[in-house]
Amino acid sequence: MIDLALVPDDGIGWLDGSGAESPIVLSSRIRLARNLAGHPFSQRSRDTDRLAVLALVREAATAVPSLAGAVTFRLDQLERPDRQVLHERHLVSRELAGLEAGGRPRAGAAVMVRGPAAVMVNEEDHLRLQVMRSGLAVEDGYVQMEALDTGLGRLLPFAFHQEFGYLTACPTNAGTGLRASVLIHLPGLVLTKEIGKVLQGLAQVGLTFRGLYGEGSEVVGNFFQLSNQTTLGKSEEDLLDHFGKVVRQVIAYEQQARDMMMRTAPAEVEDKVWRAYGLLRYARTLSFEETMNLLSGVRLGAALNLIPGVRVYTLNKLLIFTQTAHLAALEGRAVGDPELPTVRAAYVRKLLDAELA
Amino acid sequence: MRCDNCGQRDAVINLTQVEHDTKVTLHLCEDCAQQKGIETGGAVLKSPLGGFITAMGKGPASPAPRPATPAERCAACGATLQDFRESGRLGCGECYLAFEVHVRDLLRRLHGSSQHAGERYLAPGEQAPDPRAELLDLRDRLRRAVETENFELAAELRDRIRVLE
Repeated sequence: MIDLALVPDDGIGWLDGSGAESPIVLSSRIRLARNLAGHPFSQRSRDTDRLAVLALVREAATAVPSLAGAVTFRLDQLERPDRQVLHERHLVSRELAGLEAGGRPRAGAAVMVRGPAAVMVNEEDHLRLQVMRSGLAVEDGYVQMEALDTGLGRLLPFAFHQEFGYLTACPTNAGTGLRASVLIHLPGLVLTKEIGKVLQGLAQVGLTFRGLYGEGSEVVGNFFQLSNQTTLGKSEEDLLDHFGKVVRQVIAYEQQARDMMMRTAPAEVEDKVWRAYGLLRYARTLSFEETMNLLSGVRLGAALNLIPGVRVYTLNKLLIFTQTAHLAALEGRAVGDPELPTVRAAYVRKLLDAELA
Repeated sequence: MRCDNCGQRDAVINLTQVEHDTKVTLHLCEDCAQQKGIETGGAVLKSPLGGFITAMGKGPASPAPRPATPAERCAACGATLQDFRESGRLGCGECYLAFEVHVRDLLRRLHGSSQHAGERYLAPGEQAPDPRAELLDLRDRLRRAVETENFELAAELRDRIRVLE
């Protein structure tokens, strides 16, 4: 089993709840897509091409300060539970981890992790650089990203065209290759049934939404991943500025919805969040979906100061560590499906108990 | 419901046609629909870009597929325009030039522009071009493009000049 303790802050420093707006925004992510000139893109390349790309990237990484001491995980050499842990930690995509039905990782599929920065190698694009930060920190994240991108770009020849910008396997990422996203908790808008209008509005201003794990994943526990839709025709600064403005507007709407609920139905809200807390604290079996929904209630209660003494960090940690592969890793053994809800409930009780101690 | 044409397979497409002021609705299976030159959309759904890719480079008459001409194959990686349409993915960086016209059209539809306005990349060892010299060159090319009435190129050169300015 892989030892994630090798990675400083286990690659999940973004969970610590220290960032701006962290009761509502769990995390911010900046991603850049890059390819090496003269090599076919990953989906059209042979194993030898991908291994050559990985070797070039690993060599360059040793000379890039933002990747000094980075830990490399070769997905193509890891067992499925380990790959799943990396995916549950948002360090690698489902595709790179080979977790699709009947799928397995491509030769040369790897991820390098150093603190909040990670580099996926041989994903759809040769390089997917990502920086994860706690709370709303899109601009700060980009500053960190620039150092990483410039460092690698000085050593590796990126595929670039004067008109089309950075060339990517999918034209939806071409140009800047920049995708900014936030993982945001919107229970107020969902409960007041305003969410539909907000999501429609997002599409009109060039933003898109997805579930907890990005493309193709479902929305659970009122957690949404918002990101910019277009990557070409605007500068990085303009894209980030616009994205940040829209996200701040969504936060303001969410805040208004919460205020409205507390004005018009305070007893119902209080009852709902305490019921969620009670179930999490005492239930003996919990499915992942139920856990997400209850965590959503408790998170709302904590943000509204209705439930004292529960830290955002603990709630964030529960979000990641109650997933299947993480529970198995904590137990140090494979945990079968029938046993999972019991193991999950025991873990949730343990963390919430520790919070009161 | 059975297919109106073969009467064997299940109908998956309802085709409504108006002929001489009379509305005729045909229920067809996938195979018969294809024989009549109607796309069922199955291939479209496989691609995340769906209709964009299918519509790309096709006129309103939707011509039948034809084998790739040399110009529609990327010399560097061997990918064809058809590969791109089916997968929604380009094979390599050179594909952007091999399928330039189609790619530009698609990028404009996806992003509202095909002109990169972000950071200029300098490859390892490459010197930053003198922006004044580049501007002079672009203005010269713009003048020639206008003289030869190549307005599409002129519009692109104008956009690039604006970015540099």
